[in-house]
Amino acid sequence: MTSNKKDPVLVVLQMSGAYDALNTIIPYNDPLYKDYRQVLKVEPEEVLAIDDKVGFHPAMAPIKALYDQGKVAVIQGIGYPNPIRSHFRSMDIWHTAEPTKMGMDGWLGRAIRDLDPHKENVLTAVNFGRGLPRALASSGVSVASVGNLESLGVLTGIEGKDQRTEALDIFARMYSPMIGSGPANDYLSQTGLDALKGADILSTAPGRYSSTVEYNGDQFAQWLKNIAQVHLGDFGTRVFYTGLNPGAFDTHANQTTGFPKLWSEVSNAVSDFYQDLKEHQAGEEVVMLLFTEFGRRVQENGSGTDHGSGSVAFAIGDRVEGGLYGEYPSLEPDKLDEGDLRWNNDFRSTYATLLEKWMGLDSKSILAESYEQFDFIK
Amino acid sequence: MAIAEKDIALMAHLMRRAGFGAQYDEIKAKAANGYEQTVEELLNPQDHPDGMDLDLAERYFLDWNHHVRGVPEYHAWRMINSKRQLEEKMILFWHGILCISDSKLQSYPTEHNELEMFRRCGLGSFRDLLVEISRDPAMVYYLDNCLSHKGAINENYGRELLELFSMGVGMDGKFNYTEDDVKECARAFTGWTIANSIPQQPYGRYAATFLYNPDDHDDEEKTFLGETGRFNGEDVIDIIVKQPATARFVSRHLYNFFVADDVEVPAWMDTPPRDPETITMLETEYFRSGYNIRSMLRVLFNSDAFKNARFSKIKSPIETIIGTLRLIGDWTTPKPGLEFIFDEMKYMGQEILNPPSVEGWHTGREWIDGGTLAHRINFVADAVCDPNYPGIQEIINKLAAKGPTISPEDMVSGCLQMLGDYEMADATCSMLVAHAENGAELRTDAEEFPTRVGQTLQMIVATKEYLYA
Repeated sequence: MTSNKKDPVLVVLQMSGAYDALNTIIPYNDPLYKDYRQVLKVEPEEVLAIDDKVGFHPAMAPIKALYDQGKVAVIQGIGYPNPIRSHFRSMDIWHTAEPTKMGMDGWLGRAIRDLDPHKENVLTAVNFGRGLPRALASSGVSVASVGNLESLGVLTGIEGKDQRTEALDIFARMYSPMIGSGPANDYLSQTGLDALKGADILSTAPGRYSSTVEYNGDQFAQWLKNIAQVHLGDFGTRVFYTGLNPGAFDTHANQTTGFPKLWSEVSNAVSDFYQDLKEHQAGEEVVMLLFTEFGRRVQENGSGTDHGSGSVAFAIGDRVEGGLYGEYPSLEPDKLDEGDLRWNNDFRSTYATLLEKWMGLDSKSILAESYEQFDFIK
Repeated sequence: MAIAEKDIALMAHLMRRAGFGAQYDEIKAKAANGYEQTVEELLNPQDHPDGMDLDLAERYFLDWNHHVRGVPEYHAWRMINSKRQLEEKMILFWHGILCISDSKLQSYPTEHNELEMFRRCGLGSFRDLLVEISRDPAMVYYLDNCLSHKGAINENYGRELLELFSMGVGMDGKFNYTEDDVKECARAFTGWTIANSIPQQPYGRYAATFLYNPDDHDDEEKTFLGETGRFNGEDVIDIIVKQPATARFVSRHLYNFFVADDVEVPAWMDTPPRDPETITMLETEYFRSGYNIRSMLRVLFNSDAFKNARFSKIKSPIETIIGTLRLIGDWTTPKPGLEFIFDEMKYMGQEILNPPSVEGWHTGREWIDGGTLAHRINFVADAVCDPNYPGIQEIINKLAAKGPTISPEDMVSGCLQMLGDYEMADATCSMLVAHAENGAELRTDAEEFPTRVGQTLQMIVATKEYLYA
């Protein structure tokens, strides 16, 4: 390793709504698959085969191409104990890494505290989206949250450049810790100035960035472009977070139209982001985790699928040892969990692998326990 | 008779705390009516009209039928428009303590019924409220009491009833109850269940109802907090409400919500109250009145401790959003798009009906982080600079009525007054004045005058001082 090697960066991509694992990584040669999925089945010749058992959905061709280059770990049969088929509670569990009780803070929030215990960088973690996911929330941890990189920061409604510059100048002076009193004054001052500073630094990112990669116009692709801009801006960010809008993948009906479109958008965006990093010799610096809150019911409901449990997740990047991990859950009726794929590896094993083998953190202090780790990080 | 500005300022304070704030003219009218009189009106919502045309709103917002959806919006509407402000505020108060969450229940009708129970019982006896919450279907499901059976207890509700709903873990450095008390408490509540399960579709679309199943109730002898008997749930609650720890717990919550930010609840065992005298006063009233919340609040609102506590609490996101909408006079009549309000709550960190855990929301400075601060400031700043809102137009008119020109000092002090008699640090004030001056005379008949007022309001709501209520 060379001394100018950059610190590892984790990009977490949350696919809200629960994508249908069975039609994402498809057991296309299992006769039971065709029985359960009379309407929604993907024909074997259309499946992008990984081996003679499973393959990618055809809409995921860009990710399949990365898989063929050995850049994608497919974590089959991922889940958590006592599956709950509520989107919100299930996402909570993924966020807090607490399946048994209601947890308060997020696994990445705890990781960020370990990465930057003295809060030296206001941009150690950056979220793209409206509102902060609980995964990033932890008491005393500051995360920059960006709704739109082009209009970032406080008092964004002020029109006129001079007007806004003047307003921000006053804002910075009004938030001086020297002004005001009360037990929370220092904290409020610091938070206000951090928000200002973070926005200030981040807003320079698009201007410093140039690339031949052209991302699509959808919001997810644009956010991945923003992540590339900020990462390549060298602000020391270690954790990025973004995802699809809540419920996007919740295909209770009309799955044959919505589902391929979403996977196509997501796969193109992920692939564009990867190419963008490569173009800037930054491929080795980033690992992506792509996940959803649970799988969907094995038996289709007519035109869609209902909430299930066992799922599939992906780790993607140059430092990922590509291949299949975990077992593909059995489709035998008596092997299902109330009609759902039965999980066989705890999602915290994947977290532990990323925290420890990629980020170089102590996973036990973040996840409360030690979990068996995968070998998908080189 | 002229009303002293200090009385208006005090009334603005009362309305921010016992409600969601009010426009200047309303505050002035209430101040003219008298402070104690206003406190009584707030404390007795049943004797006063709520002043809402809910019939019209319900026909417009079809989602509100049966409350299948639109429950957060319905309650937001009431917070904005009800003249019985304390009644709405009490729902938020109890919802933050006796927590349930939609992320687990996924049954808005059941959750709505709980909030309506807080409307009925929120100002009454704490004993009755504990009985009601123990038989509230949303709570029975949320804390798994429906999974607690004779001979096979689930301790979840028994524990939280003691820890988070009534006594707290400890007081003055000592534990309030033992693990055995938790188990005995859970035993007393066996058989308290719900008739229909939630949240399975389509039944989640209907409200669950409470069911007492005597066959599943453990009727054997129990020893709870030193007393022994064949206790049922209500007996246990009777024992709980007699405890000094319960008086302390309720008093500290009232203080933290209405008076000033105290430390977070988990620290209460070892950290004494911020204002022990006021807490003692509330504890005394708790026992004197037979656990009556209305009586405790009467004592509290009329106390000097409350009156002197202006700007010692950081506004919650819901207080910020609802207060802003009341200030600018938006959403007084139905129109499309009320759902936005739920998103705003989420972005600012307080999603109604979805507290982060059974502990509820942490308050005070924990409302504020980089993301929520920027979001809060931008939301309020964008609202107050828009002269199309009637409340803002009214502020502009009042300032314009001061004469053909206005000094920057008067502009700033006038805006602070209209926002509810806010006070700023001297240094902040001089920066605001310099910003308002902007090198040009402020002519109140000038075309740009509304913009200049809006700019001053914008800077004021961006201050640290304005984060407080």
